[in-house]
Amino acid sequence: MSQPRLHLGVFYTGVGQQYVWQDPGNADHTTIDTFVEIARTLERGLFDAFFLGEGLRVRENRGRVLATDVAGRPDALTQLAALAGATTHIGLVATQNTTYNFPADLARRLSTLDLLSDGRAGWNIVTTDNAWTGANFRRGGWLEHDRRYERATEFVEAAKAIWSSWSDDAIAPDPTAAAWSAPGSIRAVERHTDLVDLTVVPTLPRSRQSRPVLFQAGDSPGGRDLAARHADVVFSANTEYEKAVAYATDLRRRLAAHGRSPDSLRILPGATVVLGATAAEAADRADWLRREQINPQRAIGYLEQYWGKDLSAYDPDGPLPDIDPAEGELDPSRGTLSIAHRTGKHDRIREWRQLAADKNLSIRELVLAVHPREHTFIGTPTQIADQWTHYITTRAVDGFNISPYNVPATITDVVDLLVPQLQDRGIYRTHYETHTLRDHLDLPPL
Amino acid sequence: MSLFLAVELDGAGAHPAAWRASGAAPGSVLSPNVLREAVALADEGGFTLATFADSPVPPSTGVDVAGRLEAVGRAAFVSTTTRYIGLAPSVPTATTEPFHLAAQIASLDHATRGRAAWVVEGSGPAELATVGTDGPPGETAEVVAAVRALWDSWEDDAVIKDVATGRYLDPDKVHHVDFTGSSFTVKGPLITPRPPQGQPVVLAAGGLDVGADITLLDAKADVAAARAAGARLVFAELEVVLDAHKPAAARLADLNRATPWNSRRTRFTGSVDGLVALLADLAGTFDGVRLHPAVLAVDLPVLVDRVLPSLDVPARGDTLRSSLGLARPANQFETH
Repeated sequence: MSQPRLHLGVFYTGVGQQYVWQDPGNADHTTIDTFVEIARTLERGLFDAFFLGEGLRVRENRGRVLATDVAGRPDALTQLAALAGATTHIGLVATQNTTYNFPADLARRLSTLDLLSDGRAGWNIVTTDNAWTGANFRRGGWLEHDRRYERATEFVEAAKAIWSSWSDDAIAPDPTAAAWSAPGSIRAVERHTDLVDLTVVPTLPRSRQSRPVLFQAGDSPGGRDLAARHADVVFSANTEYEKAVAYATDLRRRLAAHGRSPDSLRILPGATVVLGATAAEAADRADWLRREQINPQRAIGYLEQYWGKDLSAYDPDGPLPDIDPAEGELDPSRGTLSIAHRTGKHDRIREWRQLAADKNLSIRELVLAVHPREHTFIGTPTQIADQWTHYITTRAVDGFNISPYNVPATITDVVDLLVPQLQDRGIYRTHYETHTLRDHLDLPPL
Repeated sequence: MSLFLAVELDGAGAHPAAWRASGAAPGSVLSPNVLREAVALADEGGFTLATFADSPVPPSTGVDVAGRLEAVGRAAFVSTTTRYIGLAPSVPTATTEPFHLAAQIASLDHATRGRAAWVVEGSGPAELATVGTDGPPGETAEVVAAVRALWDSWEDDAVIKDVATGRYLDPDKVHHVDFTGSSFTVKGPLITPRPPQGQPVVLAAGGLDVGADITLLDAKADVAAARAAGARLVFAELEVVLDAHKPAAARLADLNRATPWNSRRTRFTGSVDGLVALLADLAGTFDGVRLHPAVLAVDLPVLVDRVLPSLDVPARGDTLRSSLGLARPANQFETH
């Protein structure tokens, strides 16, 4: 087998506490200029793809919009269509959920992006089910949690049917033909189940890459099974080396169960990258980043979510609030809390009090200690390139999907400092040899 | 008297057989480059607005064009390669979520720095079947009202980036909209900050009664009645077939031999001078005209090269609202 290649994407949600908006290196998150600059920088860095997250509801704290984090973002598919007109090579991937979209509508919008970009579109398939997010949609909270992957599977299968409904030679080659499309060359698609109901004559042919590349991010057994059945790429949370190896092994076993070859799926875990000229400088920067991301106001806000009370009068550098939290559990329908954190609030607060007492922690120190950490690669470009070479040559991953903490600075650094090191090690392209996203990712043809 | 000029740029042109007369491969109706060039020509030619017709079902189920790119995607695709022209995709109210629709048009407005518009479309049974809905929901005006509320859900100065207090935004300026319609509710706020125009421009056919900024009426319709009913700007719908390599009447006859052009819109078939005279006449009653060129590849260059230079075409501003002389609206949630 030839030397495996590392594939890189950037996952830009454009909202959330990872963005250090206080830093002057962080550009405006609303203007199109920022998005065009990122996409063009990624093309200079020969990246495979630029991902946008999906917004369904603005994050809140105690019934009001959360004030401390970057919020406000464009519709992903609209923004990517704009970027299709401003770029030439980068893959353009939209995160879109299968619960609060109509399958025929979403399939057509994705197909449109794929044709406008001449085969550079991707769809990061996610599910959501909760009533809190659903309050913005016609059928808020309609889907039972246990059935969300059932709906997702039927949705994806309907989309695939729509994308393959035109024969390859459907469109007449010549304006003197009897008809624009050959009779019988476009097939209607119908689905009538309790989860997907549609009747449509699709309006679009296949693209240069046939159809959008399918990404899947869910890590539950249902998510892994959907990935093994339908995904071309998984965007996993298993970034740490041992976890990545175990995940790859599990997923390749599931692929075999669906009759797919191990090479028909790319694995790109999410990653944060903090670079420095020396290891010590990188470590200092990572520490600065963590302290900016969990600044005093966010530390208070984090506890307020669990206490359910206004804690703004408490000193972030002082002891934990002495008042009792509000009765009752957290709202289980909140989409912005992980499922594991939606119950057991009172036990969690008791543990925190014990931890703070044992280690004499202030509010902010406690939140720094207990706030979930994303896996971060911290080091010099040489160190990280060496680590990634180990990941790729042992096939633990096929690449990484990098989450920036400020834009465009994080991305510019990766492109200018890390990419040349990867190229020196022979694991990264030195120019685009391919045109479509599917081909960038070395996926087998459809 | 000046007249705002809009042009419909769907497919190969408004005539169903336009694809036969475009001098290009039939598949070029789906070509991004052909789209980009047509919009660029309309922008350079001085049109105030380009519209992009759309529907979730094929434009033709007969012998003509069966393919169409989704309209918001088409408009967004040309957002960074155009400068002055407004971009108005058709989006039906029933076959996408009102929340997504509001975010799509708001995002188009951000991407164009304030040149977005929305042509409101109702839906028939075939369109509704694509989302598995039986019968028309009769909620078009409610969807428009929900979308307008969502566009206002962020006040203009909601993002404050106040480092001293650690606040990226002022939560008092980002609002739940709590819209309640007869068959749906929307909580809000929108995921997207308020569009540059505040409210992107809304266009709708006269019969829809949705409080549009631009009401589209046939060129022979009764403008006074529409104005009495509260219409703001009223644009005439006009099909055009112009003299080119052949006289217009002969071009139309050729096209009609392939597929008869059956439509209820008023049609002008003739010379540049004749069209200029008709438009001058329409300027007496209408605020603008939306032209539906029979064949874009033939009629659009004639419009740009010969018709627009003969007219008193209004100068365009930095946003579509300013081009149209429409004020930037106050925010319905602003309390001070």
